[in-house]
Amino acid sequence: MLALFYIFIAVAFSIGIWQVNKLLRFTKKTITDENNQEVLAFVQSEENPLATEKNNDLHGKFFLAFLIAFYALMAYCLIFLNDIMLPESASVEGENDDNLFLISFVLIGIVQFATQAMLFFFSYKYRGVGNRKALFYADSHKLELIWTTIPTIVLTGLIGYGLYTWNTVMDLSDADNPIVVELYAKQFIWEARYAGADNTLGRGNVRNIEGINTIGIDMTDENSADDIPVRELHLPKGRKVVFKFRSQDVLHSAYMPHFRAQMNCVPGMVTEFGFTPKFTTEEMRRQDETVRKVDGINKIRKAKGEDPYIFDYLLLCNKICGASHYNMQMKIVVEEEAAFYSWLKKQPTITEIVQ
Amino acid sequence: MSEHHHKETFVTKYIFSQDHKMISKQFLITGIIMGVIGVLMSLLFRLQLAWPDHSFTLVEAFLGSHQTDGVMDPDMYLALVTIHGTIMVFFVLTAGLSGTFSNLLIPLQIGARDMASGFMNMISYWLFFISSVIMIVSLFVEAGPASAGWTIYPPLSALPQAIPGSGMGMTLWLVSMAIFVASSLIGSLNYIVTVLNLRTKGMKMTRLPLTMWTFFITAIIGVVSFPVLLSAALLLIFDRSFGTSFFLSDIFISGEVLHYQGGSPVLFEHLFWFLGHPEVYIVLLPALGITSEVIATNSRKPIFGYRAMIGSIMAIAFLSTIVWGHHMFISGMNPFLGSVFTFTTLLIAIPSAVKVFNYITTLWKGNLQMNPAMLFSIGLVSTFISGGLTGIVLGDSALDINVHDTYFVVAHFHLVMGISAIYGLFAGVYHWFPKMYGRMMNKTLGYWHFWITAIAAYGVFFPMHFIGLAGLPRRYYTNTAFPLFNDLADVNVVMTLFALLGGVAQLIFLVNFFMSITRGKKATQNPWRSTTLEWTTPVEAIHGNWPGKIPTVERWPYDYSKPGHDEDFVMQNVPLKEGEEES
Repeated sequence: MLALFYIFIAVAFSIGIWQVNKLLRFTKKTITDENNQEVLAFVQSEENPLATEKNNDLHGKFFLAFLIAFYALMAYCLIFLNDIMLPESASVEGENDDNLFLISFVLIGIVQFATQAMLFFFSYKYRGVGNRKALFYADSHKLELIWTTIPTIVLTGLIGYGLYTWNTVMDLSDADNPIVVELYAKQFIWEARYAGADNTLGRGNVRNIEGINTIGIDMTDENSADDIPVRELHLPKGRKVVFKFRSQDVLHSAYMPHFRAQMNCVPGMVTEFGFTPKFTTEEMRRQDETVRKVDGINKIRKAKGEDPYIFDYLLLCNKICGASHYNMQMKIVVEEEAAFYSWLKKQPTITEIVQ
Repeated sequence: MSEHHHKETFVTKYIFSQDHKMISKQFLITGIIMGVIGVLMSLLFRLQLAWPDHSFTLVEAFLGSHQTDGVMDPDMYLALVTIHGTIMVFFVLTAGLSGTFSNLLIPLQIGARDMASGFMNMISYWLFFISSVIMIVSLFVEAGPASAGWTIYPPLSALPQAIPGSGMGMTLWLVSMAIFVASSLIGSLNYIVTVLNLRTKGMKMTRLPLTMWTFFITAIIGVVSFPVLLSAALLLIFDRSFGTSFFLSDIFISGEVLHYQGGSPVLFEHLFWFLGHPEVYIVLLPALGITSEVIATNSRKPIFGYRAMIGSIMAIAFLSTIVWGHHMFISGMNPFLGSVFTFTTLLIAIPSAVKVFNYITTLWKGNLQMNPAMLFSIGLVSTFISGGLTGIVLGDSALDINVHDTYFVVAHFHLVMGISAIYGLFAGVYHWFPKMYGRMMNKTLGYWHFWITAIAAYGVFFPMHFIGLAGLPRRYYTNTAFPLFNDLADVNVVMTLFALLGGVAQLIFLVNFFMSITRGKKATQNPWRSTTLEWTTPVEAIHGNWPGKIPTVERWPYDYSKPGHDEDFVMQNVPLKEGEEES
C-alpha cells in the first residue's frame, strides 16, 4: 500500500507539471515591433479563458460519469463495508435505536440517490450549447410548497419517533430494581464500583482519594461500606444496569458501542445512563455478524503474524482526554445472572480492601 | 467622493490600505497561507493514521522535537488535529471566505464607493493578521501548541498537567482567538452598516443579489454569536491564570487535589457551542451565496425561487442560534433539553432542502456554461446534500448516542461545512478573480483542480462514514490499540491516499492563482456576462469603484435569458422596457 502512495504522488506531480508547462507554453512568432521591424518573439499561447461549447460538452459528460462512479462508491460502501459495521444492538434499549437508524438511513439513502441523480443528470443534460436559450423560470409557488411540505411531514415523523426513542432510553426512573454501577474515569484508566448489598453507592469525591481508595469513596457514608471497586466490568444479562459516571481530572466519555450507550464523565458532577444487556459475551461471539467481523479481523491479524482476536465487549474513552486517549479501555463481560453474582461475591468490598 | 485624488504611497496602497478591494485580497492571501498550513497538518496526521508505525522523513522534518524517529508523538497528533480544526474553521473558512468576499463584493454589488468605514475595515484585517501570527507562533512553543481539540473543552484545555499543550500553547490560542473575535466583530458590523445604508439608488433589499443576502445575514449571526466565544475564552483565561472556578470543579491530577470547586465544564460547552454552531453557518452561508450567484450566471437562468431563498437563509440563520445543544446530547445535560434541541435541529433540514431543490431547479433547462467556478458550485451542492443528510442522523439525539464523536461526525461536518465551504471559496475565487486582479485564471488548470479535488474529497470522506458506524472514535492517535478496529486499517490507508491526492491537487490551484495574477489573460469588463453591478466597474480597479456616477439599479439581479431581450442577460442598471414587468 505504501508503494501506491508514492505512485500516487508521482502521478499527481507529473500531471501538475504537465499542465503548468502547458500554461507556460511559449510559441515562436514573428511580430512587428514599434519601429516596424519584424522580430522573432516568444508569445504565450492563447487560450480562451471562458468555457467553450467543447468544454461544456466534455464536463457535462464528466458529471454523468462522476454520478455513476459516485453511485458505485456508495454501493461498494453499503455492501462491502457492511461486514465491518457494529453487530446488532447487545442491549434491549438499543433495539429502538437500531430501528430508528435503519429508517433514517433508508430515508436519507433514497433522498441521496434521487437528488444526486437529478443534480448531475441535469448538469449533463443541460450542458451549454451555443444558440440555445435557457428557460426563464424564476418561481413556482406550487413547487416551493411541495418541497417545503414533504420534508416537513417526513421530518415530523422522524422527530416523533426520535423523541420517543430518546425518552425511552434516557428515562431511568421506571427501572425496576436495577443494578447500580459507578464508572470512574481518569487519565487513562477506567475503574468501576458496584453498589453492593444495599444497592446504593456511597458518596464519592476526589478529596477522599488516599492510598488504595483510588476513586475517592467517602468512607464516612454508611452506604459506602459494602461498595465493591473493580477493574473489570461484569454485567448480568437481562437486568437493567444504571451507570453513574464520574471523572477525576478531565472530560472523558464512556462509550460502549455494542450496547448503543454513551455518556460523558464530567469532573464535578455525576451523569447517568442505563441499559439492559441482551446477549452474554458467549452468545455475542456466536452471533452471525460478530463471527463475520471477527473472521475478517483474524484474516488480517494472521497475515501480520499476530494472535487471533476473540470478541469482547468494550468500554472506550470517546472524549479527547490526553496523550493516551487512544488506549483508554476496559473489558466488559456479560454473563448469566447467576454467574454474575458468583463473580461479584468473590470481589472484596471497599471495607475489606481498606483494612 | 471623486475627490479621492491624494497621493497613495506604497504603504497606504498595499499595506495599510483602506480600500475594500485591497483588503479583500489581503484577507484572501492570508487565508490561503493559513489554508496551506492547515492542509499540510491534515496530511501529516493522515499519514499517521494510515501507517502508524512507519517512519517518515516528512514527519521528522516538520515536527522536530515532537517526533521520535519519524513517528509523531501522541501529544503532537492531538495538537495537529486541534490546530488544523482551528485554522480551517476560523482562519480559512471564516476570515478567508467571508472576509474576502464580503469585502470585495458588498460595495461593488450594492453600488457603494467603499465600506461604511474604511478605517475599521483596515483594523479588521490587521487584527486578523495579528491573530494569525499569534496562532502560528503558538506552533513553536516548547511544550507544543494547544492540543485539547478545536473545541478546547476544559478541564483538558485548562490544565497543563493534563496535556502539555495546555500551557503556553493554549494561552496563545486563547489570545489569538480573542483578537480574532474582535476582528470578526469589527468586520461584521461594517458589513451590516454598509448593506443597510450605502445601497445605490434603486437597490431595494429585494433587489440584492443572494450573495449580499448571505453576507448580510452571516454578519448578523457573527455579531450575535462571536461575543459569546469571547466571553468563554475570557472566563477560561480567568480559570487558567487567576484561579477562578467557572468551568472547573473537584479535580485530582498528578497526585494532588486542585482547589477548584463548583464550576462546570458543561457551562463551557454551552458557551462554546452558542458560537460554535452558528459558526457552521457563518462558514457555509457565504459559500451558498456565492453558489447562488455562480449557478445563476452559468446556467444563464434566474435563480429559482429568489424569495424562498432569502426566506430559507433567514430561517437557517434564526434556527442556527437555537440548536447548539445538539453537540451536547450526551454531555450530561438534562435529557429534556436534548429533546428540545433535537426538534429545532431537525427543522433546519427544511430550509436546507428548499435551497437544494432550488439549485437543482435552476439547473433544469438551463444552458450550463462549465466554467471552473460552475463546476465547484455544482460540487458544492453535491457535498452539501451528502453531508447534510447525515445531519438527520446526528441531529436525532437517540441516534447521536452511538455515533457521537466517532468518524461518522468527522465525515459529516467535513462534507457539509468543510468541503462545501471550500468549494464555495474556490468558486468565488475563479469567478471574481477578474474583479480582483483584472486578469483571468487559467481554465484548464481550474478543470484539473476541480476534478481531482472532487474525487479526492469523496474518496476521503465517504468511506469515513462507515468506519464511524463501526464505532471508531475520532481523535485517536492510532487505531491499533483495539483489535476490534483492525479491519478498518485498509479503509484508513485508502482515505489517506485520497487525502494526499487532494492535497497535491491544491498545488495546481496555488500555481494557477499566483501565476494568473501577473500572467493571466487580461480580463474583459464582464467576462461571465453577468447582471450584477460589480461588472459595470472598469477592469482596472480604481479607488471609489466607478469613475463617474454610481449606476442606478432598475431591476432584480437575475434577468438571465429573459424573453423580449436579445442578449441572454440584462444588467441591473438597464431600465425596464416599456411594458416590461420586473420579475
